[in-house]
Amino acid sequence: MDDLPGYRIEHYVEAFVPSAAGRIPRLRTGPTALDRLGTCRARLGLDRNHYTVNPGLYAVGAPGPDSAVVVTANYKLTFDTVRFALAGRDVWLLVVDTRGINVWCAGGKGTFSAAGVSEQVNKTGLDRVVSHRRLILPQLGANGVRARDLREACGFEAVFGPVRAEDLPRYLDHGIDEAMREVTFTLRERAAVIPVELVLGWKPIVGAFAVAAILSLMGQGFSLAAIWSRWLVAAVGTLLGLFCGSVLFPLLLPRLPRTFSLGGAVLGLAGALALPLLFSHAAWPTLAGAGLWTVVLSSWLGLNFTGSTPYTSPSGVEREMRRAIPVLAACTLLAAILFVAGNFAGGTA
Amino acid sequence: MKRYRHLENVATLAYDREKCVGCGLCATVCPHRIFAVRDGKAEVLDREACMECGACALNCPTAAVTVTPGVGCAQYIIQTWLPGKRGTSCC
Repeated sequence: MDDLPGYRIEHYVEAFVPSAAGRIPRLRTGPTALDRLGTCRARLGLDRNHYTVNPGLYAVGAPGPDSAVVVTANYKLTFDTVRFALAGRDVWLLVVDTRGINVWCAGGKGTFSAAGVSEQVNKTGLDRVVSHRRLILPQLGANGVRARDLREACGFEAVFGPVRAEDLPRYLDHGIDEAMREVTFTLRERAAVIPVELVLGWKPIVGAFAVAAILSLMGQGFSLAAIWSRWLVAAVGTLLGLFCGSVLFPLLLPRLPRTFSLGGAVLGLAGALALPLLFSHAAWPTLAGAGLWTVVLSSWLGLNFTGSTPYTSPSGVEREMRRAIPVLAACTLLAAILFVAGNFAGGTA
Repeated sequence: MKRYRHLENVATLAYDREKCVGCGLCATVCPHRIFAVRDGKAEVLDREACMECGACALNCPTAAVTVTPGVGCAQYIIQTWLPGKRGTSCC
């Protein structure tokens, strides 16, 4: 089928359909094993930054000159969500080159813009493929696309469709409603970002383990067993902080205080209470130091979760950071001092 | 989304009713449903829900709505604080 020397047909393309601007690849609208594997890899943060498809014009079903044109980004997770949502429809899908970034972030960065969309309109000869002059843009692309600039650049009118691709079929049949226009942050949506938070957060954790190892060298007794038992308290404190800040925090977000660092600290405190139960032999300053570190780490990770939410403003996040970071820094220092002091006081035998 | 709130009185969103021509694009694009058009003018219903994405200001034809846009992401803000690392990204 349409083999050209040196080319390979992408697995998400099932056929080619003729149009006035040449042959257009027709998309599969169901996931293959390769799609599922790629989704898992991207969700784990393995090749999140290079998970792209080629920009351009694609067909879903058997679209004609009157069919709707839906616009999306070339991040494959986004592209997949849109094409699967459009199963059973006859529409055109115009994919903009956002360098593998989702629509919202690409809008902020300027790649999902009037210039970016019109570049693909002109490159693909869309004006010859369809007889109308309407593009359905994702609403979350409106922070990058100025509708009137798009009309000037390529003659197409921008219509802002629903926030979520899942709503596209209902939108195509019945038009827009309020529920389609509002962002959500459901339990499922919050849970979906946990793996990537854990995988991309490994560097500070390794750093914390290393610092804990250095601090554990100091204390009563220099035997390997003594150092190991001291390090174990700090390492478990670190893992508890990671669990509270990166797993519990997203799941419990709606029930936490609105200040992210405070919510993370509250969860971290609850997690730190496990330390005296696990290490009943350790001196209390050691436990207090490790526990305070659990609170600090969970608080910090909570603060970082602002980047995964769809409701924090840069002004709000910056204000919270300016208040929280000095406190967190002081607490980190205090935690280290308590930990080492406790280790000199003994009790880690 | 009404149950999700961050800090109050921080958003840079500003609205000049005099300049508004009532086109309703701000109400269309806002992902937090902050605007509504009544009697030919936009109204700000819920300023505290603003996340400063900038969609309203970008699409407002008369600059009646203005906001300093950006991403509310701690990692990104740290990168902008560090010298020589402006314009790096987090998503």
